Amino acid sequence: MEHTPNHMVEIIDVSKTYTQGKLEVHALAGISLALDRGEFTALAGPSGSGKTTLLNLIGGLDSPSCGRIVLDGKEVTGLSQSRLADMRLNKIGFVFQAYNIIPVLSARENVEYVMLMQGVPAKERTDRARAILDEVGLANMHDRRPAELSGGQQQRVAVARAIVSRPAIVLADEPTANLDSATGQGLLEMMAKMNEKRGVTFIFSTHDKMVMEYARRIVRLKDGLVSDDTTK
Amino acid sequence: MELLMAWRNVWRNPRRTILTILAIAFACILLVFMLSLQIGMYEVMINTAVKTRTGHMQVLADGYNQDHKIRKVISDPEAVARILDDTPHITGYTFRANGFALLSSDQRTYGGLITGVDPVSEPRISNIKSIIRKGRFLSPSDTNSAVIGSLLAKRLKIDLGDELVVLGSARDGAIAATVLTVAGIFSSGMDDYDRSAIQIPLAHFQEVFAMEGTVHEAVITCDSLWNVGSAQTAISKAVAGLEQKRRLTCLSWDELTPGLVQSIQMDLGGGLIFYGILLIMVAFSIMNTFLMAVFERTREFGTLMAIGARPGRLTTMLVYESAFLTLCGIGLGIGAGCLLTLWAQHAGIPMGDAEGMLRQYGIPGLIRPKLTLATALAGPAVVFLITMLTALYPAVKVHRIIPVDAMRAA
Repeated sequence: MEHTPNHMVEIIDVSKTYTQGKLEVHALAGISLALDRGEFTALAGPSGSGKTTLLNLIGGLDSPSCGRIVLDGKEVTGLSQSRLADMRLNKIGFVFQAYNIIPVLSARENVEYVMLMQGVPAKERTDRARAILDEVGLANMHDRRPAELSGGQQQRVAVARAIVSRPAIVLADEPTANLDSATGQGLLEMMAKMNEKRGVTFIFSTHDKMVMEYARRIVRLKDGLVSDDTTK
Repeated sequence: MELLMAWRNVWRNPRRTILTILAIAFACILLVFMLSLQIGMYEVMINTAVKTRTGHMQVLADGYNQDHKIRKVISDPEAVARILDDTPHITGYTFRANGFALLSSDQRTYGGLITGVDPVSEPRISNIKSIIRKGRFLSPSDTNSAVIGSLLAKRLKIDLGDELVVLGSARDGAIAATVLTVAGIFSSGMDDYDRSAIQIPLAHFQEVFAMEGTVHEAVITCDSLWNVGSAQTAISKAVAGLEQKRRLTCLSWDELTPGLVQSIQMDLGGGLIFYGILLIMVAFSIMNTFLMAVFERTREFGTLMAIGARPGRLTTMLVYESAFLTLCGIGLGIGAGCLLTLWAQHAGIPMGDAEGMLRQYGIPGLIRPKLTLATALAGPAVVFLITMLTALYPAVKVHRIIPVDAMRAA
């Protein structure tokens, strides 16, 4: 696979094997894939098909057993833990199925924390955090702690946190799995709007048909391999 | 924001936090109180020894402190007096001469230590006047009067006004003999001393023991225990330059009473073992709290690392949490410990059945701790150090967290 400047992610013959006791589990079995800038892509497939593993590898949370991953033109494979941390901080936004926002921080502080690590000045941090929370529909809820927010509102905070650092790509692992369908739809509409407005590349893992309807490209995985790749 | 996060994290589990803070506070209260109590007791013991016998320092002929031979004298006490008059921090001094002799009453004979003292300057240096239980102390007009230890008086079966025959060896080798009349009976509380000591006017002692104006000790008091070192150095330098028949030396209270220093060291050693055990218990309590904090928040640490936090940032946050927890406990402990100690310092602690034993060391029946900046802060400072070192283990443990595994944690 040749690198072209428009490719945000290039996955080249990537395999991932886990060892569970004496058993070897092949989560990914030599997968190759390229994702362009600004895409709104769904990784679909049943449980155990390798969706989350692929997202973790793209995000530098895990390393492949073999193969290469290039993100925004830079090889990710083989980077040190501190380089990977910097890459995650500056280039990647994460949205997790279980929201994973920090319980002791308010919505605004959760969003600000990423910018604090990036070294953004305090005033700018606060302004940007307030603006993004308003944008995701959480005006008047800036100072609420996670325990005072519903699941959908917490996931909106998670999206705001993922977007506010101005990443090149947002990786969302089953973002609507813990939400009811109306809340999930609202969240997807909001993310689709951000993809259009900000041009941020979004990759979802999902097995939810509603999410797939919003995706402009659907990559189906089965047994650690791409079984279908459809662009609408 | 890390400080804010750390503070809020500390209070995520209020019950556990309060218990840990109370454990640290309890250790600090014990340390402040016990150290103050020990220092208070040592000060009483030292002051008793200083006031009853040794003074803060003594100028002696070289070797006299080892064998107390009567011929090892300060041949020119006036020259020593001139030096002491010019030395800073000296509040007073007196001269003494000592001799061993047989003391005979009508019924019994015992060996004892006779000390010739100056009836005018001695009460300014020692507490002898205040420990007279019967009769009176010596006056400048006395010649062959004596004050005698209560246990010695009991042994010899004598009382006020009774006569006592002294038979010893004079400085020139001749027989020293005199008859004394008991003018007073003292009780210092230190049995060894009360069982053997007798004091007579220095002039009479010098006459009986053929001292020819010489003395054995210049007993000196200082304005404070802390200034003894500098005064001792100055006096040692000055007396070394004196032209005397024997070289003179200046010894401090701890050199003069090695037994007292050893008993203080022994007591301090026992205390240190107790404090060590206490600190180990507190350290385990802290380590348990922080290991629990790390285990419970593994998923959260995984998330923070996933969004770009380096392990060092998490370690810093955990160290802040540890510092908050420890400082809360230490602050509470120092406050409560100081209040308790001040109360005991004011009211005194009765020693009950232990009173008799403690009296041997010159400790009265009611002991009072002594709160100082050092006793208030030394123990808690060690607690702070130990707890911070203990908390480092779980704080460093987060470096081993792998984000993807951590986020799978329940």
